[in-house]
Amino acid sequence: MIELDGVCHDIGSTRILSDISAEIPRGHLTALIGPNGAGKSTLLRLIGRLESVQRGRIEIDGLDVAQTPSATLARRMAVLGQQTAISSRLRLSELVGFGRWPHHHGRPRDIDRAAVETALQVFGLSPLADRFLDEVSGGQAQRAYLAMTFAQDTDWLLLDEPLNNLDMSHARGLMARLSDLVRRAGKSVLVVVHEVNYAAAWADHIVAMKQGRIVAEGAPRDVLKDGTLSMLYDTPVAVTQHEGRPLVLHHY
Amino acid sequence: MTLAALAPLTLASLMTGAASVDIFAALSDPRAMLVLMESRLPRTLAVLLTGAALSVAGMLLQAIVRNRFVGPDTVGTAESAALGLLVVTLFAPAMPIWGKILVSSLSAMLGTALFVALIRRLPPREIMLVPITGIVLSGVIGSVVVYIAWQADLMQYITTWLMVGEFSGVIAGRYEMLWIAAAAAGLAWLAADRFAILALGDGVATGLGLSATSVMRFGLAVVALVSAMVVTTVGMIPFLGLIVPNIVSRIMGDNLRRALPMVAAAGAALLLGCDLLGRLMRHPFEIPVGTVMGFVGSGIFLYLLYRRPAHG
Repeated sequence: MIELDGVCHDIGSTRILSDISAEIPRGHLTALIGPNGAGKSTLLRLIGRLESVQRGRIEIDGLDVAQTPSATLARRMAVLGQQTAISSRLRLSELVGFGRWPHHHGRPRDIDRAAVETALQVFGLSPLADRFLDEVSGGQAQRAYLAMTFAQDTDWLLLDEPLNNLDMSHARGLMARLSDLVRRAGKSVLVVVHEVNYAAAWADHIVAMKQGRIVAEGAPRDVLKDGTLSMLYDTPVAVTQHEGRPLVLHHY
Repeated sequence: MTLAALAPLTLASLMTGAASVDIFAALSDPRAMLVLMESRLPRTLAVLLTGAALSVAGMLLQAIVRNRFVGPDTVGTAESAALGLLVVTLFAPAMPIWGKILVSSLSAMLGTALFVALIRRLPPREIMLVPITGIVLSGVIGSVVVYIAWQADLMQYITTWLMVGEFSGVIAGRYEMLWIAAAAAGLAWLAADRFAILALGDGVATGLGLSATSVMRFGLAVVALVSAMVVTTVGMIPFLGLIVPNIVSRIMGDNLRRALPMVAAAGAALLLGCDLLGRLMRHPFEIPVGTVMGFVGSGIFLYLLYRRPAHG
């Protein structure tokens, strides 16, 4: 379980997060939704210790992220931020291989090589394994980063907008994979999602944020309602049902 | 291929010099032995060590700042090393050589850290601002060095440090510091994975449990130490630490554990080739290797720029 207690965050004099207290359950696929600038990414980066906590307290499975050594946390949670253009010329297999680094610190064993192999396969990258990162498309690079995170094989996965650059089939494939990880392997996933229907179709738990605060949280059918979503995104939204899950209509 | 080039270059370097002796007869001819052990071998080793260490330093620097267009000679490292050396020469001229090198290394590290701090504030997409900032910074520090040297009448010193590195003064007993530079580069190789991960961004490094700051500090220390050693013993060599990493990365990629040995070998071979060229062109007189390298290096650099303008 991730516990947030009174987390505040400022960048310069701008308040990004105000007094966030929440619990993100273990063994669930949790989606973090909300409009641009709501503070979703900042919150995810704070939990993933990519930013240091200014005020409040964040614990992941009882470990305080501000106190626990980073190398220990790297075996508990894998975090993928939004990728900026990187000039490094690594082969995709080498990049994914670095996902195992927290486990072997430079001396890969058979189990590490097997995990890399599996991750490449799962994300459809085996044929591209020997290509350099700057020789593949944006979506393929994004999948390589995801495969690296996946290869890290941690209890928790924190992903910041992993659907960026992915086409329909890979986006759906990723969500199905994450859902499968939760259900079969007992992992916990926290994912920032922009397109609310991916949350509606796959998430077990939803946290909705606006202007640095949590405005709603709970099961998809409780959070994804006409009124809540219209208020959240400041735009009229209708919610219907499709195969027993909410379907959000917002695009016409 | 690089290794295949190193052996004949080394042999040619041992055979080339102003004194006409047959080094193959060294075992029976004491004079040839003297020339070989006191002059030819030290010089050849000095060139190899400098070439390898400086190229590795360039690769580390490029990983730390995540930009391909920088080298230890273009971001103020060499000028900062010279500034430290100048200050010691002025205020503690009696300090033993290792003390001078230590001060010079610290100064080089501060200068390079200043560069890194400056470029962290630049917009990440403007990749060309990084090398420009480096050139401006080295210009500023360089002019401080020149001003102080001018006032203190030490211009000749700094010319040998900064303008054109050359190996003609190398004899046994005057180059051994370079082994430390090469050892520092070797030490960096042991942490090659960490630098490769750091090159992917602070976020990725932190996510994998690395402290981006300490990896960066270690890298800066190696770059500074290597630059300070080279500046004090033979003077700065332009372009080497810039182009060799680019060429090797182009062919082998940035998995530093695999690429660094090749960077070291290629750097050693290229510098030795340039040194030989400088020794042979007006034999028995010499053209400083810094001049030859500047000519050859700028040509290669322009070619690299032209071939690949879109990538940082």
